[in-house]
Amino acid sequence: MSRTLYDKLWDAHVVRDLGDGQALIYIDRHLVHEVSSPQAFAALRAKSLPLRRADTHFAVADHAIPTLREGGVIEDPMAAAQIAELEDNAHAFAVPYAAPDSAGQGIVHVIGPETGFTLPGTTIVCGDSHTTTHGAFGALAFGIGASECGTVMAAQVLRQTKAKTMRVTFTGALPRGVYAKDMALALIAQIGANGAAGHSVELAGEAVRALDMAGRMTLCNMMIEAGSRVGLIAPDAVTFAYVKGRKGAPQGADWDAALAYWRTLSSNDDAVFDREVVLDISTLTPRVSWGTSPDENCGIDEAVPDNAPSLAYMGLTGGQAIAGTPISHVFIGSCTNGRIEDLRAAAAVLKGRQVADGVTALIVPGSTATRALAEAEGLEAIFLAAGCQWRQAGCSMCVAMNNDRLGPGDRCASTSNRNFEGRQGKGGRTHLVSPAMAAAAAVTGHLCDVRELMA
Amino acid sequence: MSNPPFTNFASIAAPLPDDNIDTDIIFPARFLLITAKHGLGDYAFYDRRHGPDGARDPGHVLNQARFDTARVLVTGANFGCGSSREQAVWALAGLGIRAIIAPSFGEIFAGNALRNGVLPIVQPATIMAEMLRLAGEGAIFSVDLSAETLSVDGLPQVQFSIAAEAKAALLNGWDETDQIIHNFAADIAAFEQQQRATMPWLYRGNATQ
Ligand code: SF4
Repeated sequence: MSRTLYDKLWDAHVVRDLGDGQALIYIDRHLVHEVSSPQAFAALRAKSLPLRRADTHFAVADHAIPTLREGGVIEDPMAAAQIAELEDNAHAFAVPYAAPDSAGQGIVHVIGPETGFTLPGTTIVCGDSHTTTHGAFGALAFGIGASECGTVMAAQVLRQTKAKTMRVTFTGALPRGVYAKDMALALIAQIGANGAAGHSVELAGEAVRALDMAGRMTLCNMMIEAGSRVGLIAPDAVTFAYVKGRKGAPQGADWDAALAYWRTLSSNDDAVFDREVVLDISTLTPRVSWGTSPDENCGIDEAVPDNAPSLAYMGLTGGQAIAGTPISHVFIGSCTNGRIEDLRAAAAVLKGRQVADGVTALIVPGSTATRALAEAEGLEAIFLAAGCQWRQAGCSMCVAMNNDRLGPGDRCASTSNRNFEGRQGKGGRTHLVSPAMAAAAAVTGHLCDVRELMA
Repeated sequence: MSNPPFTNFASIAAPLPDDNIDTDIIFPARFLLITAKHGLGDYAFYDRRHGPDGARDPGHVLNQARFDTARVLVTGANFGCGSSREQAVWALAGLGIRAIIAPSFGEIFAGNALRNGVLPIVQPATIMAEMLRLAGEGAIFSVDLSAETLSVDGLPQVQFSIAAEAKAALLNGWDETDQIIHNFAADIAAFEQQQRATMPWLYRGNATQ
């Protein structure tokens, strides 16, 4: 029978068919962070239930952790308490844990792939909606609530409703100065913030095959912003080369057996999708969001709509060109664009340039390992010379729950994924862009077309 | 933990007409540092309900005394989109909300709601304008989960639908974890045995440390 990649991953994890389109799905991997896990661990304790398979979980603090923390010292008492609770729970239930000052620390969706915890063909969950990221490896990965985190800990399965299938085929080649982030934003603008609801989205086509794993992760990461819990890319030679040799990757005979299986993980040629979308990217321009929903974005060479309710919050005038809008902050980081490839793209623009007067530019690596690599490559030196702040790994200014946040009226060119009202701080205004575009905004002090800075 | 069984009820409804009300709006991120799940009602829609100076905005629907007893929210499309934070549901439940009516919901939010005894009711966009208007006028909304009907004073009764399993769980106040362990322990063990044989690399312990 002809099956999509999603069908194959689903079928391989059905513990019990429950009818009505529902099944009990086995969970191979669970990423645990400080915000969505306390209540789940508390539920285990309250029910006196053991944690079923400790080795399938990995715990780390990323959301609440400050990005200024010399020696791992966390000053905010509430954040410190939340992180201490994670550490206590990890120890009590024997869950592998990366401490704040350890080399393994980072954003869940960055360290999962980096360490080989994320593998093709697995099911991966996390109490975090951007778990879609791991679909870039051909894994069935989706975000869950805290109650479900408790279910996974106790039972290693979840009751799930099978999604419909959508395939998005990107054709053409990415123009210079245009990135996976722009592909994601363009797709979301086309289909809407709720456009993929109820669907698993397989990203396909020559333009996707041409992306490195970082770009693929950026693309899958953003699928939740189109309303989909699942983004998928069939694993290929690029995927296998990335995974091979990582700490959690299978070794020796295991590797050969795994590889043989992973090679079967693609949609059959005659597989039928419930929906097909085709997007030609050969004339795509850098994108920038202008509103408070991720689908409210346009090309940097375009004007904002004449009328949209979110323009008032954003402090923009209907019909104005988006380019030239002055910014006060730049944030380069997050699980969307906090990888070494993203930092390299930003550094290429910042090299030999200065951050404009009055602009605060935060560069926050997605993991401590990424930070070390960036320092070894000399990127840190470029950022510091340009006048950027170089921080420790964490979610940082993607989410206004640690010390990094916008104040009312601040305007930020941000490589994160959500431009929601207040997402980066109460009254803050977010413009979603690629790392190169964020770097360009940093040096000019306004939203601008990065291609004009590329020789 | 199990919830109290979901019983039929009637109440006024608070109208929140915007589309795409995300979970950051429902429960601003800075309050996620609180690790309790009870007592979060005060933080629901905090930044919309409070002005820049921190004072309560008397204009917000949820600050108006006439909506204090609302057990229903009537709202726009894609309600609860964005972050998976279950705190959004706990905060609404903390306000006493038991049902939310919208043209569509963020998927993770809708699942979280059901697990906490809050019923998401999908209604076509065509009827939503009327419901929003009637909610603003203080009409009584009556929810009958067994019959899957919603009655609003001034409108013909409408049907809604809910998956059979979710309905049974709500009506009985079942906890999902308990149900699964109770009913499917043997299936889970059998799956693990088979997977361990065919994909042994998933059972070699956690090598990422
Ligand atoms: S970087 Fe942002 S989107 Fe990603 S996990 Fe952290 S808070 Fe969530």
